[in-house]
Amino acid sequence: MNTPLRRVGLAMMALMVLLLGNATYVQVIKADDYRKNPLNSRVILDQYSRERGQIIASDGTPLAAVQRTDDRLEYLRTYANGPVYAPVTGYFSLIYGTGGLERAEDDLLNGSDDRLFARRLSDLITGRDPKGGNIQLTIDAKLQQTAYEQLSSQGLTGTVVAIKPQTGEILAMASTPSYDPNELASHDGDVQEEAWLRLNEDESEPMLNRAVRQTYPPGSTFKLVVTAAALAEGKTKESEVDGRPSITLPGTNTQLPNFNDTICGNGVTATLQEALAKSCNTAFAVLANELGPDKLRDQAAKFGIGEQDLEIPLPVVPSGLGEMSDKPSVYQAGIGQKDVRVTPLANAVMAATIANGGVRMQPHLVQKVLAADFEAISETSPDEVDEAMEPEHASMLRDMMIASENNTSGGGKLSGVQIASKTGTAEHGEDVKSTKPHAWYVAFAPAQDPQIAIAVIVENGGQAGLAATGGRVAAPIGRAVIGAYLGGR
Amino acid sequence: MGSPVPGAEGTPLAAASSTSPGLKPPTRRGTELFMLGFAAVLVTGALILVEANQEKELTMRIVWLGLAYLGLLTVAHLAVRRWAPYADPVILPCVALLNGLGLVMIHRIDLAMADVKFPNGELWDPAAGKQVLWTAIALVLFCTVLKVLSDHRTLARYGYTFGFLGLIALVLPGVLPSFIAPEINGAKIWLSFGAFSIQPGEFAKILLMVFFAAFLVSKRDLFTIAGRRVLGLDLPRARDLGPLIAAWAVGVSIMVLQKDLGSSLLFFGIVLVLLYVATERAAWVVLGVVMFCVGAFVAWKLFGHVQVRVDNWLDPFADPYGKGHQILQSLFGLGTGGLFGAGLGGGRPDEIPEANTDFITAVIGEELGFVGLAAVLLIYTVLALRGLRTALAVRDTFGKLLGGGLAFAVAFQIFIIVGGVTKLIPMTGITAPFLSKGGSSLLANYILVALLLRISDAARAPKTTPKPRPQQPAIADQFTVMVERPK
Repeated sequence: MNTPLRRVGLAMMALMVLLLGNATYVQVIKADDYRKNPLNSRVILDQYSRERGQIIASDGTPLAAVQRTDDRLEYLRTYANGPVYAPVTGYFSLIYGTGGLERAEDDLLNGSDDRLFARRLSDLITGRDPKGGNIQLTIDAKLQQTAYEQLSSQGLTGTVVAIKPQTGEILAMASTPSYDPNELASHDGDVQEEAWLRLNEDESEPMLNRAVRQTYPPGSTFKLVVTAAALAEGKTKESEVDGRPSITLPGTNTQLPNFNDTICGNGVTATLQEALAKSCNTAFAVLANELGPDKLRDQAAKFGIGEQDLEIPLPVVPSGLGEMSDKPSVYQAGIGQKDVRVTPLANAVMAATIANGGVRMQPHLVQKVLAADFEAISETSPDEVDEAMEPEHASMLRDMMIASENNTSGGGKLSGVQIASKTGTAEHGEDVKSTKPHAWYVAFAPAQDPQIAIAVIVENGGQAGLAATGGRVAAPIGRAVIGAYLGGR
Repeated sequence: MGSPVPGAEGTPLAAASSTSPGLKPPTRRGTELFMLGFAAVLVTGALILVEANQEKELTMRIVWLGLAYLGLLTVAHLAVRRWAPYADPVILPCVALLNGLGLVMIHRIDLAMADVKFPNGELWDPAAGKQVLWTAIALVLFCTVLKVLSDHRTLARYGYTFGFLGLIALVLPGVLPSFIAPEINGAKIWLSFGAFSIQPGEFAKILLMVFFAAFLVSKRDLFTIAGRRVLGLDLPRARDLGPLIAAWAVGVSIMVLQKDLGSSLLFFGIVLVLLYVATERAAWVVLGVVMFCVGAFVAWKLFGHVQVRVDNWLDPFADPYGKGHQILQSLFGLGTGGLFGAGLGGGRPDEIPEANTDFITAVIGEELGFVGLAAVLLIYTVLALRGLRTALAVRDTFGKLLGGGLAFAVAFQIFIIVGGVTKLIPMTGITAPFLSKGGSSLLANYILVALLLRISDAARAPKTTPKPRPQQPAIADQFTVMVERPK
């Protein structure tokens, strides 16, 4: 009986070898796949129990911080003034993952980024609990607060983006209606779930960051692009353009009128400056057609419209001009209608580019990356992307925008500060006459020494409804934001 | 009576007074004690690491758990010293290490689950204390077996009785009303007495193993001579093979019907090995494997719960939050553990369901890594191989067969459960011997080890020469007994 017993012994060894081989496969070869599998809750649990880095405003105000708890997740993510900064910070949720900068800068905040390597190594040796790095934003806390209050106090749906023209620093990025990320970061799963369902079912889409994740027809603000293209083609602010109150789109019976059928210039022609100041539709429709789709597209691209995969580091949806496949659509594109779509951020970048003498700077939100002890690791330096306009054309356009601002009614005018601006009232929807238009305002100030460039959009005209115009609804908000920034200095 | 009872078959012949002291082989109890001490150091270290990692402080619990463990080890060692002095010195330390590691892991899972509130509002019921208690009870049984069963060959005489008891134990939970035999996790294999519950099936496996070994030894010749030759296989006559096939078929079908798939696979494998060792014919193994394939296919076709297991094995990602959850969490745990593990107390055993029973090896793989899991597997291998060595060394065929079967049972159990949690084979619920939480598993496996030690003691004890007949008192000194004459 000993021979079969020995064979049984061999069989037992074979079984063990099989087990060991398979364990090697699972724990060594496939380990990384399993470790990184999104269904593996250990990864996020580990992140939760680690001290996540802070997100702070440019002046050090904490926007997203952590608080120690005695439950098994150890650290609770807290957002002071959550709804104000939610479009920027995003959320950090055990069940629903991350959004906003919490997602875009996750590696840094959770401490796994390579830039924190040396620190991690010393943590490993000294046995300290690893901590995440901190992020200092370009956001100006006071300005952001003003922008949010301007929108939310009137119950508006819209967004304000403010940029420092010389550097591309995003000074404010507010989007309303907003939400409180504290609910999503709660350690109570029921609170998270309730909030998530409520926010996702809310038709006003409070979790949508309208500044970068939504495109709108730019309306008359797009006339700045047309004007810039025309200036590049040798036109000046004195050049004569079409001044008729209404034109017929070529090949159709559709009338394209000026706003309220206003006459520009002498009713036949008007200067480019007057056309922009009065926002004459006919002038820019015809001008766009003269320039042709290619030149329009080129100029728009120089302003960053059409750029794909932009990250600030929040991912930005691309803006674009659409097909412009026939003449009527080129006419309409000239006044920022038809298929032209831009994000509020793109419009703010355009204003900042004009303010910066035609040089487009890369917009960005992160000013500095800080180690866990707030020692600076790296700093974002201003990045020049493109020369969108000749400097003299930019100053010409600035003068025209000053004229436009002076021609714009609406409240909130600032005394002592010259603003250069352009308003827009963008029709949208199937039936444009009964759909409330979006109200736009893009501007920079002080006109001669621009410190801030902004874009404001109020969806569906806010409380003004069908009667909304950019000047009436959006301009007061923009002026208040500019006033808060310049006055506060 | 003062005079020794002449050796009734199997009674150990009181110490080897007949052999000269110089030829007495070493008992190796000192070696065993040394290795037990090593196991105790390892286990205590593991316990301290767990506490330090989980609680950030050391509490009195360590002292209590540690003392209980040391006390139990001492009892076991003394019992072996007293009742099986020549037993293999490696077996008990292996068991002690596994049992201790199991205790540490169960305690560690208690700590992890302490904050978890179940959907029904109940709180986690700490299991470490109960496990210590069960270990104590198991050691009582262990000692009892060693003391009462002074020769393993006695068992062979009660082969049929054990087989009968085994089958009854298997059937019992199935036929008893559910207030005493509740259905837990879809399987009706428990008997519950208040706070405690046991699985009679765990004991049935050992009882049946004894039966098969005894049966095969007594009918061994029949397998080689009697019967007809079919396809190169000498088939014994049906009436000789009948009881074997019947007991086996009833056993396996009960376990399949009770949805205790792991146990039926284990039982099947053990019978096959016993048959092979007894007959020395590989053809039986081939026949058995073919039958297994057919049976497995039929079971897969017939039973939904078998299909679920197989589907989860083939593609656990198909239903990651439902049926595939268990195995996926186990794989994620193992993968996260990687080569060196997350460290004791550093893993997430609360993510793995049934962490302290079926999936305890997955928790070990996560916290101690591949290295730790491999070490545990090797301890089992050593344990099984020492058992097999015992079977090779023992002189009687029943001892060989039973010892081989017991050793294989250890190795095969671990193959089934670790193969299951690492997705080598479909997951079938079964406990890891000595590691997993569970009273019946501990009791049954301690009995198994007691039997192995008893056999190894017989294998290594000095050969007793036939005792000289007890000296007859001189005839002259005999009492005269008056006997009534028959009429």
